[in-house]
Amino acid sequence: MLAFNFFGATEGGLFDINATLPLMAIQVIALTYILNSLFFKPVGNVVEKREKFVSNNIIEAKNKLSEVKKLEADLLTQLQSARTEAQRIVSEAESESDKLYKEALELANNEANASKEKARLEIESQTSAARDQLSKQADELSELIVNRLILEK
Amino acid sequence: MFFNSLLTNFAALEVGQHLYWQIGNIRLHGQVFLTSWILLGALLVFISLGTKKMENDPKGIQNLLEFLWDYIRDLARTQIGEKVYRDWMPFIGTLFLFVFVSNWGGALIPWRLIKLPSGELGAPTADINTTIALALLVSLSYFYAGLSNKGWRYFEYYVHPTPIMLPFKILEDFTKPLSLSFRLFGNILADELVVGVLVFLVPLILPIPVMFLGLFTSAIQALIFATLAAYYIGEAVEEHH
Repeated sequence: MLAFNFFGATEGGLFDINATLPLMAIQVIALTYILNSLFFKPVGNVVEKREKFVSNNIIEAKNKLSEVKKLEADLLTQLQSARTEAQRIVSEAESESDKLYKEALELANNEANASKEKARLEIESQTSAARDQLSKQADELSELIVNRLILEK
Repeated sequence: MFFNSLLTNFAALEVGQHLYWQIGNIRLHGQVFLTSWILLGALLVFISLGTKKMENDPKGIQNLLEFLWDYIRDLARTQIGEKVYRDWMPFIGTLFLFVFVSNWGGALIPWRLIKLPSGELGAPTADINTTIALALLVSLSYFYAGLSNKGWRYFEYYVHPTPIMLPFKILEDFTKPLSLSFRLFGNILADELVVGVLVFLVPLILPIPVMFLGLFTSAIQALIFATLAAYYIGEAVEEHH
């Protein structure tokens, strides 16, 4: 009985294949076109536009980041060279001032030495002059004493 | 006694009864078209609402539709491959949406409350005509995909990797639509029958877990159908090296 109800009915039954099949196929094909123009195309456009926008933004951001990194490296090298330059200038100035100091010191020393020598020479000459005079006076005096002694006798 | 009442209940389910429409010489299963028009109409209204005002910052239905679109794209892309999936995405998506809406619509809407002169409303996919129509469309499309992409080289597929495969590959062309159609038909019909019988036998509570199982099966069947269709198309357009 069950089997009869399921499959054996002269009209109907589970496996009753008729014009429903091709019409349903046509309906599905029509649905494909309708859904394509109503759903797949517009939604796809929006989603893909957004995906493009996002990926473009990511690429742009990456480019900007690499640019920033390049600039940073550039600035770092500039800073480095500026530092070494500054160091060089400072050390140059230091050596210069050292040199100047040394020169000035030497000059002063020389001058002092020269004036000292001059004074020494003067003192020497004056001393010898004084000694000469003294010995002359002593000679005169001794002559005078000798003369007197001789005369008294 | 009990068995007899079971049989009468089965009879009350009106398995295999159809609402016949006669147009000229041809006869149609009216209940299949009625439910499919209602369900597809609802689907199209829903989609029109969601795509009416598309924004770059999706809200509400548009969000859901975009998720659906993304899901279908992933399905088509993984099965068909990067090269031609764009051409077949609408077809795969339509199959998925049609089967899914039919299955869920058949399971969720209490069609039995609407009395027909003969037969009863239910999931369109519980009718063998619908599932065979879908399966034959899949067969045609994978032949078309293979031939349009590779020309006559498509038939290399039949002797790949060795000519010994030829009879099996030819047999596959018949088993593919057969298994596709009967898998869907059997699952959905069986689910409807099980729920129907249980509702007749135990009208309270007990059918509920089976109904949930039915919803689960319905969704899975839609996914399986779309995935297999995409896989067959992918197989046909794949380049052998």
